Amino acid sequence: MRIGLLHSIIRKDEKMILEAFASSSGAHLELIDDRQLAFQPGADVFQLDALLARGVSHSRNLNAVRLFEGAGVPCVNTSEVISVCGDKLQTSLALTKALVPQPEWRVAFTPEKALEAIEEMGYPVVLKPVTGSWGRLICKINDRDAAEALLEHKSTLGHYEHSIFYIQRYVEKHGRDIRSFVIGDVCVAAIYRTSDHWKTNTALGGVATNCYVSNELADLSIKAAKAVGGGIVAVDLFESSDGLLINEINDTMEFKNSVYVTGVDIPGHIAAFTARVASGRELAYA
Amino acid sequence: MAECPVCGGDVSFEESTVIHELKDCNDCGSELEVVNLSPYSLMESPQAEEDWGQ
Repeated sequence: MRIGLLHSIIRKDEKMILEAFASSSGAHLELIDDRQLAFQPGADVFQLDALLARGVSHSRNLNAVRLFEGAGVPCVNTSEVISVCGDKLQTSLALTKALVPQPEWRVAFTPEKALEAIEEMGYPVVLKPVTGSWGRLICKINDRDAAEALLEHKSTLGHYEHSIFYIQRYVEKHGRDIRSFVIGDVCVAAIYRTSDHWKTNTALGGVATNCYVSNELADLSIKAAKAVGGGIVAVDLFESSDGLLINEINDTMEFKNSVYVTGVDIPGHIAAFTARVASGRELAYA
Repeated sequence: MAECPVCGGDVSFEESTVIHELKDCNDCGSELEVVNLSPYSLMESPQAEEDWGQ
């Protein structure tokens, strides 16, 4: 069995996955650096049974997976999952279609209409780039003055994608949110991410602690994962007064801070799932 | 051991080190990428780009 690990830099997360494959699956692992790829359509030079996509660059990851899928290689995750999770608008549409609860959201294409939508929703709101990660360029808007200034700056200074205004109702989360890890049909673990800042990303200093995986949390996480196509995803949730809400879903999840606090061998689960896909015993998608 | 390309300090490696792995220089704190295993050599890790991350 030959499994490709698509990567660029090898972070602690990828190192843990390498160690998991080495200790368990018996698969031959082919390291594929996306910076070195010059893909020749139709030529399966790697002769892979499956590809695990772990590139740190979303766009390279997505397009490389499209090429491998085009060559007939089952990919974890699929290009559909990477595409949907990498785009907050696509994610919200997928969750809406699957009747998965999420914070109220709007999208507008001009600063004027965005301001109208914000005023209608009421302050505070959160303005997010449609594509982006690690909490970058996500801003909480508390009043009209800030809204007008931010919308003008984004439309004037930003890349055209920043003029697609994704607006989300701010959910008071009392200093923490939840990240659950879904692999195939199983929610294997979850953490609380706690921070004094309203952004709780661990990339921004949020602290991870274990979160008990209740049936409610597992069921909703799995439903959200299936809504975006399944595979291996991390689901970010808010504990709101209306119950759990799905905030975002990540297709190339980082877990290095979560293994110790949860006691769950997340990289082992990732390696085992990928091996099952490679052997045809499991589908890479929902 | 290899030389940190930023400060010239010594950087040590574990047996399990793999190509393209990230390492921190204990002297200057720079994030480095392993670009050769035999002999070990390092370069500054690439700067995060806009589409990086989860």
